[in-house]
Amino acid sequence: MHDSHKFNIPMGPQHPALKEPEGFSVALKGEKILGVEIRLGYNHRGIEKACEQNTYTQDLYLIERVCGICSHTHATCFVQAIEEIAGIQVPKRALYIRTLIAELERVHSHLLWLGVAGHEIGFDTLLMYSWRDREIVMDILAMLTGNRVNYGMNTIGGVRRDITPEQANDVLKAVSQLEERTKYYIDVATKETTIIKRLSGVGVVSYDDAVRLEAVGPTGRASGLDRDVRRDDPYAAYGELDFKVITDNHCDVFGRTIVRVKELMESYKIIRQTIANMPQGPIVVKVARKIPAGEAISRYEAPRGEDVHYVKANGSEMPERVKIRAPTLANIQVVKHMLKDRYLADMPIVIAAIDPCFSCTDRMVSIEYDSNKKNETISWATLHDYSIRWHRERGTDFTDLNKRFKAGLKV
Amino acid sequence: MIKELLYILVFPGFLFVSIAGLLAEYVDRKLYARLQNRIGPPWFQPFADIIKLIAKEEVTPCQANPRMFHAAPLFALTAVITAFLYTPLWHTSSPFSFNGDIIMVLYLLTIPTLAFFIGGWYSTSLFARIGSVRAVTQLFAYEVPLFMSILASALLANSWSLVDIVLFYTRHPWYWCFNLIGFFVSLVALLGKLEKTPFDIPEAETEVVAGAFTEYSGKLLAFLRLCIDIEMVSGAALLAAVFFPFGFFQSAFLSFVVFILKILGIIALISLLRTVVARLRIDQMIDFCWKLLVPFALLQILINLVLKGVLR
Repeated sequence: MHDSHKFNIPMGPQHPALKEPEGFSVALKGEKILGVEIRLGYNHRGIEKACEQNTYTQDLYLIERVCGICSHTHATCFVQAIEEIAGIQVPKRALYIRTLIAELERVHSHLLWLGVAGHEIGFDTLLMYSWRDREIVMDILAMLTGNRVNYGMNTIGGVRRDITPEQANDVLKAVSQLEERTKYYIDVATKETTIIKRLSGVGVVSYDDAVRLEAVGPTGRASGLDRDVRRDDPYAAYGELDFKVITDNHCDVFGRTIVRVKELMESYKIIRQTIANMPQGPIVVKVARKIPAGEAISRYEAPRGEDVHYVKANGSEMPERVKIRAPTLANIQVVKHMLKDRYLADMPIVIAAIDPCFSCTDRMVSIEYDSNKKNETISWATLHDYSIRWHRERGTDFTDLNKRFKAGLKV
Repeated sequence: MIKELLYILVFPGFLFVSIAGLLAEYVDRKLYARLQNRIGPPWFQPFADIIKLIAKEEVTPCQANPRMFHAAPLFALTAVITAFLYTPLWHTSSPFSFNGDIIMVLYLLTIPTLAFFIGGWYSTSLFARIGSVRAVTQLFAYEVPLFMSILASALLANSWSLVDIVLFYTRHPWYWCFNLIGFFVSLVALLGKLEKTPFDIPEAETEVVAGAFTEYSGKLLAFLRLCIDIEMVSGAALLAAVFFPFGFFQSAFLSFVVFILKILGIIALISLLRTVVARLRIDQMIDFCWKLLVPFALLQILINLVLKGVLR
């Protein structure tokens, strides 16, 4: 420590700035960050593997518990994949109810994020205020679904609970109340000097870097990356609703804050539309227990970014393979880029700015060679080469993907 | 002899100032909570916290220098209690007053920061070291405007003694209004000294855990907590004595109550300030102090120098 003035400090797996166990080893020179090593895996729960040993209906409840905040996200994303494989026509009313819950979830997630961001920059008042207002939407969710976080709303072929006109009325009332408060937060976040000082110019990711590092959700949109699954590949009822995709060109944490608070306003718009346009009819169709063989990829715009589920069915009651790509996995590499040459003080807010959810992201890679050989650890680069070779042997060449991507594939 | 001992140990010394410090912490926490739309702690919470900490096991890190690690909190606590003894409380006199005591009080209020630095540095934890280096870096930023603005008031009174300053302003009742710029400068600088938001950089929980206090536990942590509470009272008392030197009546009790009200007012301002802002970064904090606070403190000195010529 004395000779080189460089030292490593461990941020995590247990640290007050982190809400979930996650390891960051920060190389520091004074207050400056030289580099960050990220270590995932403290929260690995083996959900993907567990899904293969349970029926589809059981999996639905397991998948819902992937994330404590975006539980509806994962459940819907999974159920959409199954419905695609089985070719089920979900009733319209069910799609609208799914959309309504999804947007209420986005509201509660963004309000939660705003509070966490406030806490990370030492502005606890913002935390207390936004979490108090978050209770309004939590109460609404509890009223509609019976639960504050794991709603259990989805089932294969529809939803489990209907929404009565009185409930819809309560939702509208809560939304106007929240809209009022959100306007105040937009005002605070864009005008309070200390907030602007702490957020602007911090965690910069340029448009090109956001494309290269595949940033998703508000993190990408704050760098001008105009992508939103809700508009680009509409699912549920989003195709019939009118909303704007919020983007911003600040490219920093300040931009991400603006994107999130403005998205709240869009969510209120969507909620009002779903309630106004909700068609009458059944909320669920009957589905056979066995899902025909096939595979599907389902995309869903979670509050944190694009969530991808892959399901492979083999004709039995249980899936053969389930693969979850939570948005944090896509964004975690961006964090490393954002932290370069920043100050230690920026680290908590930069990590928090992607709205990380580490337990959704945690995964394990294990490679088995021949059975007579022992398992061995291989480096990331070798694994990368191995995967390119593996895909090439099967007819897909990823080597010039980046080039092709830059050439024209913008959306 | 007994009278002096009573002064030091009971009133306005150790016992009184400890209770005052803990009550001040309660006022600060309660106000902070109410301003944040929370309920806040009951009045005995700070006492309960201290009693609990004193009863807890004390752990010294095996790599730490035990002597320095143990001495630092006591040193800091002694300094802040001593600083309080020199403040005129209920009368325009103070038992230990001498010419130059204002300088000594300011220096005594600097000692806790240095003690935190030493304690944090010798506890050898990485977080404690970063926190203690930050505390000292911050010291160089807020100390200069604090000294300048407080001494500007003394400049007008033409004395380095707190009692004489108070007497001067009692003779010239409305002169304290000239020092308002200095008051706000020193109030903001006091936030830095007390390590409260926006200047709680040395103990920024989300970055360096608890800064210099990371390795402290049990009695030593209790002393450190008590020290910060008393520092808040001593600092507020100093500001009240220097910038609001009025309300000293014939009845000692009445003047004492007025003085306590002044201290409470300053603590309320501190709570309000820390409610409405976010924590700054250390570089921003130093910029702020040198580019904004120091010019204003210089302006206050200039005003007082001109006034001195005009008024006499």
